[in-house]
Amino acid sequence: MRDDDSNKKEKQDERSGVSRRDFLKISSISVAVPLVAGPKAVLAAGEQVPVHGPGAGAMQFTINGKKYKANLEPRVTLLDALRDEFDITGAKRVCDRAECGACTVLINNKPVYACSVLAIEAQGKQVTTVESLMQQGKLHPIQQAFVDNDASQCGFCTPGFVVACKAFLDKHPNPTAEDIRHGLSGNLCRCGTYHGIQQAIAQVAQKGA
Amino acid sequence: MPDYSWPDAGHRTLIGKRISRVDSPVKVSGQAKYTYDVKRPGLLFGKILRCPYAHAKVISIDTSAAEKMPGVKAVHIIQKSNSTIHWAGDEIVAVAAVDEPTAEDAIRSIEVKYQKLPHLVSDAEPPKGAAEAQGPISMDDIDEMLDNQVPPRQMVEQIQQYGITSKPEEETLNGLKEDGATDDVINAIRAATVHPEEGTRPKSNYQKAAAQTVGDGEKAFAQAEVSSEGLYGAPVITHCCLESHGSTSEWTDNDHLLVHMSTQNVSGIAGQMAELLKVPATNIRVHQDHIGGGFGSKFGPDRWGIATAEISKKADGKPVRIMLERDSELKVAGARPSAYARVKVGAKKDGTIVAWQSESWGTGGPGGGGMPPIPYVLSIPNQRKEHTAIRNNIGPARAWRAPNHPQAAVITMCALDDLAAKLNMDPLEFFLKNIELATKDRQNTYREELGIASDLMGWKQKWHPRGQNASGNVVRGVGLSMHTWGGRGHASDCDLTLHPDGSVDIKLGTQDIGTGTRTTILIVAADTLGIPMDGIKLYIGDTLYPPSGGSGGSTTPGGVSSSTRRAAVDARDALFAKVAPALNAQPDDLESVNGTVRVKSNPSKSLSWKEACSKLGAMPVTVRGKNPDKSKPPDLTNSGVGGVSMAEVEVDTDTGVVKAKKMVAVQDCGLIIDLKMAESSCYGALIMGISYALFEEKVMDQTTGRMLNPNMEYYRLAGLNDIPELVVHMMTGKGYDERGVIGLGEPPVISPGAAISNAVANAIGVRVPFLPLTPDRVLAALSQKAGA
Ligand code: FES
Ligand code: FES
Repeated sequence: MRDDDSNKKEKQDERSGVSRRDFLKISSISVAVPLVAGPKAVLAAGEQVPVHGPGAGAMQFTINGKKYKANLEPRVTLLDALRDEFDITGAKRVCDRAECGACTVLINNKPVYACSVLAIEAQGKQVTTVESLMQQGKLHPIQQAFVDNDASQCGFCTPGFVVACKAFLDKHPNPTAEDIRHGLSGNLCRCGTYHGIQQAIAQVAQKGA
Repeated sequence: MPDYSWPDAGHRTLIGKRISRVDSPVKVSGQAKYTYDVKRPGLLFGKILRCPYAHAKVISIDTSAAEKMPGVKAVHIIQKSNSTIHWAGDEIVAVAAVDEPTAEDAIRSIEVKYQKLPHLVSDAEPPKGAAEAQGPISMDDIDEMLDNQVPPRQMVEQIQQYGITSKPEEETLNGLKEDGATDDVINAIRAATVHPEEGTRPKSNYQKAAAQTVGDGEKAFAQAEVSSEGLYGAPVITHCCLESHGSTSEWTDNDHLLVHMSTQNVSGIAGQMAELLKVPATNIRVHQDHIGGGFGSKFGPDRWGIATAEISKKADGKPVRIMLERDSELKVAGARPSAYARVKVGAKKDGTIVAWQSESWGTGGPGGGGMPPIPYVLSIPNQRKEHTAIRNNIGPARAWRAPNHPQAAVITMCALDDLAAKLNMDPLEFFLKNIELATKDRQNTYREELGIASDLMGWKQKWHPRGQNASGNVVRGVGLSMHTWGGRGHASDCDLTLHPDGSVDIKLGTQDIGTGTRTTILIVAADTLGIPMDGIKLYIGDTLYPPSGGSGGSTTPGGVSSSTRRAAVDARDALFAKVAPALNAQPDDLESVNGTVRVKSNPSKSLSWKEACSKLGAMPVTVRGKNPDKSKPPDLTNSGVGGVSMAEVEVDTDTGVVKAKKMVAVQDCGLIIDLKMAESSCYGALIMGISYALFEEKVMDQTTGRMLNPNMEYYRLAGLNDIPELVVHMMTGKGYDERGVIGLGEPPVISPGAAISNAVANAIGVRVPFLPLTPDRVLAALSQKAGA
């Protein structure tokens, strides 16, 4: 949605090579990001700051223990890189702005919203997606518990929930009902599978995952 | 004549049991491929430029910069200069590029000039004396309705009610057809009365329908000893499917199109696209493995779906994907119409309801919106009803899970609950007392269900006269509501093939929208053939397979289970005919149980399923089962269910925050195929009910005409933290099973809103008129009560 004014504004931004949306995304990169392609450096607040893009650069990732390479613009999110570059589509794009949890993956074992992490930031870290939970054709206990407790209907929120539940249970092996309600309130389901999800977590917590 | 009827309880091996969904493993492991996940070779990414104004004329479109941009493969104007736009977010131009960022850049480079026009995005009570006159309809009006995606049923009603301005040429009718007019609409135009002298009809935003009366309202109110008046309603909400609407289209050659689409209507999409793309429907293949929610909003290809095919054509047939962004999904991809009403209800002192009077209004966007079925469930003997549909610029409405029923439940059940309060009656007793106003066939069901729900809720202990609470700022209350739905099975064809090696495959052009259609089909087939479910390969979600109806209105379970049952019985009997000589028996003395075909009277005479199938000879046997099929009785599906919801809530009278504490659903749906999935449907519906009762509303900005909350932060869905204790009870056994299969998608979602509203009124002693019951509304009601 833009009116004439913002149109002009975007154009100016375009000319400088960075649109407003890109700027928002770029501005969250810290200097500590391991850099694969040599960035330009600019002086900002008296310090040399590396600047990427707007063009594509080579990036490298470790996803589910495997190495992946791609040529990506710095504005590309981890979620889009997973889905569009590497065809790893378990994590879903739903809100694309950290509101629903459908894109949940683990970075160094911590759950994150992949839609709100830039791909460039995920370099040099261990990215784990729902696809890796199943081992040798056997479902992870939390996945099996989802099946047993009918915790997915359309299933679009399910991969995000499964990853979030795994991370949650790793941290809270014996959660109370209250822990579950709070710990998993960062994921949303439209079909209303929360009842099954609660039962699934209870099943795993009882057995010990 | 083979016996197609459903096996009785003693002979069901799978039907009615608790069985895990067959597609859960692929869903929990992230392997299930949704339309959003389909990545075809050479995929181009499509994006849409949308109009920022709620009502405007397109003056000029300049796409030259986009066209020159490296990486942009096609630019396609969806609505040309001079088009009138009727809602913010409507589609203007689509582009396709090698990646998404480039497509976004291209969209940003397009310059569109608009002339803004005055808009209306409010659905507040129509002003008294608003222009309501309605003249006959011109062919331009019809064109505009098509453009505005007015549902065909509504168009037919209007054409029948108002007539047309002139008899159209055949050519004009063909044009309308091309623009998407259905046969029903064309037939209505042909049959319409022509009123040329009345000229063009006024374009009022308000369409008032003629008053409807039953019995004698005036007299009945005079006789009513107690009456109650109030304001009730439910706002426009969105579907908010987690997988947004969208598709990927590619031309596999000059005139063959392959479409992957997120749809509730696989078999029906090709025909809809064919007319617009001017290729035969048989040249269009539609495929879908999984869909991330539809809830009634995904029956057509939509403008953006047609655009994928158009842009693909411009881009040498390359696959083009357009999936809506979240904001567009909430703005333009469907909404549930609002409905509000001023209601007066009257009863005798003993609680017998005698009269109903309502002035209702609501909007379904550009198409207006009809009156919900009020009074709901109970046919009150004397009624007077008026309804005004508001046509406005909030965007098109679509069917939303149980179309019109949740609104009807809120208006009716809340008005009646207020009347019960005025009578100083427990609403449970009040509804039971009036249950004879429900349709005869369901009265016992409601009685039984109310009793069971009451026990499960602990109603007797929890109910208290309105507002009479233990002291304190946190107060509790309980409420209830009843509902009904049809749910008869739709048309469905099923091909079942037995192979000589014992393998079985089944093909239906149906879809599993998260309601467990795959599992339903496999349970029915495996139960009938006497083999395990994993011995059957099931193929659905493709126009290559026999057509099955769209998944709407809870019609799928009845449809696919009936066609599958008939196919499986015929296939089994064909097998028995071949096997009988080998077992030295008559075919009808055979049965197939637990993977063996055996002689009923002498079960030791048997063959394994595999051995039995080897008797088929060299060729597989394929049979087609159909629904409906009068030649193969009995009718295996049925229509008409009853259900009850009860809610217990806690309200903080300082903050106005409502929390659901416990919800109960008691539901019948005829013969249940899978008890586990049936219960899930009800749990999900209760949760969705909590969501629309407490949080959901499409909020429009009156000044800009845009939606203010097109995201998932401010368009709030219930989360895990909002979910209380949930109790579900399915009605089964005698009186239910023998009715045949009836769908369950809609009914349990109807009542929770009304039940929660009633529980809040019970807790705080005053009605909060409109859903959602947000803290500001609760506080406003409380302060009104304090002031009264
Ligand atoms: S898509 Fe990332 S949180 Fe919603
Ligand atoms: S299962 Fe459909 S959104 Fe959660």
